[in-house]
Amino acid sequence: MIRINDLHKSFGLNKVLRGINLHIQSGETLAIIGQSGSGKSVLLKHMLGLIQPDRGSIIVDGVEICGSSETELNNIRRKFGLLFQAAALFDSLTVAQNVSFGLERYRDLSQEELQKKVKESLAMVGLQGVEQLMPYELSGGMKKRVGLARAIAYEPEIMLYDEPSTGIDPIRADAINELIIKMKQEFRITSVVITHDMTSAYKVADRIAMLYNGIIVTVGTPEELRKSDNQIVQQFIHGRAEGPIKEW
Amino acid sequence: MTLLTKSFSFRLILQQVGEVGLLLGRTIINIFRKPRETKIFLQQLEEVGVRSLLVVSLTAAFGGLVFALQTYVGFHRYIGVGSEAYGGPIVSLGLTKELIPILVGLMVAGRVGSAMAAEIGTMKITEQIDALYSLGADPIRYLVAPRTLACLIMVPVLTLYGDIIGIVCAYFFNISMGVNRIVYMRNTLLYLELGDVLGGLIKAGTFGVVIAIIGSWQGLKTEGGAEGVGRATTRAVVISSIIILVLNFFLSKAMPESFGI
Ligand SMILES: Nc1ncnc2c1ncn2[C@@H]1O[C@H](COP(=O)(O)OP(=O)(O)O)[C@@H](O)[C@H]1O
Ligand SMILES: [Mg+2]
Repeated sequence: MIRINDLHKSFGLNKVLRGINLHIQSGETLAIIGQSGSGKSVLLKHMLGLIQPDRGSIIVDGVEICGSSETELNNIRRKFGLLFQAAALFDSLTVAQNVSFGLERYRDLSQEELQKKVKESLAMVGLQGVEQLMPYELSGGMKKRVGLARAIAYEPEIMLYDEPSTGIDPIRADAINELIIKMKQEFRITSVVITHDMTSAYKVADRIAMLYNGIIVTVGTPEELRKSDNQIVQQFIHGRAEGPIKEW
Repeated sequence: MTLLTKSFSFRLILQQVGEVGLLLGRTIINIFRKPRETKIFLQQLEEVGVRSLLVVSLTAAFGGLVFALQTYVGFHRYIGVGSEAYGGPIVSLGLTKELIPILVGLMVAGRVGSAMAAEIGTMKITEQIDALYSLGADPIRYLVAPRTLACLIMVPVLTLYGDIIGIVCAYFFNISMGVNRIVYMRNTLLYLELGDVLGGLIKAGTFGVVIAIIGSWQGLKTEGGAEGVGRATTRAVVISSIIILVLNFFLSKAMPESFGI
């Protein structure tokens, strides 16, 4: 479904990605773990063509993302739903307008169907009665959930979650884990979940990939990762300050 | 020093001209594409037009007054008492062809161009532009096209309004100085041609496009936090004001009435 080959990206002298190879299969949930600042969000944005790589390729459903025209890219992007790390809600629009943004423009829906869809999507993330609020009236966690509702409202084929549980209380975070699982089971959505919450990664992921120093150091099932003899992986999944990872 | 050499490097200027040209081209294409962003377009019409009325009224009124004052002084001193009534056509020509389009252009650049750069720039640094892309919405169609169209329409409308305010204020100034109102008015109407007013409006439309494109361009280029937004805002105003003043001269020169001068 998504194939990433030898992806390189630097910002000035800061070499963030140094040759990522990753294959995401249709219908699976892949978690990407790694330290803050290791380039997880940058990698995710490459998958949508929001950032152009210095080198390498990304192929989504047989279509090469790098070098596609803006029109082609926009068509590919409509297959994706992206939950931004900081929600990225449109701050001049109400919650309802945010959630219906994609639907309103690219689906032929009546006003009633649209309202119904907005309500449903908000209910899926555990929100109700917030349709007419503006983003600045919401708490951080609520913003994130509205961002999630906006992404799933469009019924994407591929969902990309950038730290879905960060900034959300543990109970709601687990509800979001359940939602990720439900999206996969009921709608056969392919998901990529970025997280540094290991509980969540173990719970939702079919496979976990670890990003370290600009490359994917391991990919495997949660079980394989637990048993990995890679010291970097062990240090990260057990959250230890001591080990081969020194910079923090 | 490095900053100076950097910003004056020929390659950089060429690259920026290219960026603006590309944005302009893509905006024009997107103005005709569907789905149309009617709601945003109407909001922008109000933002650019209605909310600029007060500023335009004031600048046009005092522009008209001071221009009438100097024309009056000129006739009074060099041609003689009684000749002031012939100032009417000069005032109206100067106002409609030059002063009002420029004043309105600069005022709207300050009011609206800066707001566009700040709004789009804030959207850029808070990833709302990326969010637009992620929903398959092209920011040029959603943000830049409606703003450009609104400015293309509203800056000429404001200019026409300013023309009227300016001419009326100049008239009242002359009356208050004891100029014969019938003669002044007749001279004005006799020599002011529709083409002059139209020429000013065409310029105003061009200024409108400059304001929207430069404001949006700076907004979309914004990087690095609140400071970046501030820089984009300032640049938008400075760059579009300079372009307006330079463009104004060449447009005046290119207008049919100025041929052969
Ligand atoms: N637009 C950008 N310009 C410059 N540097 C960037 C940009 N986006 C990300 N970076 C840098 O890339 C690195 C990885 O960032 P990010 O992907 O956000 O990390 P994380 O793994 O926490 O999501 C950081 O060092 C960050 O400073
Ligand atoms: Mg991140």
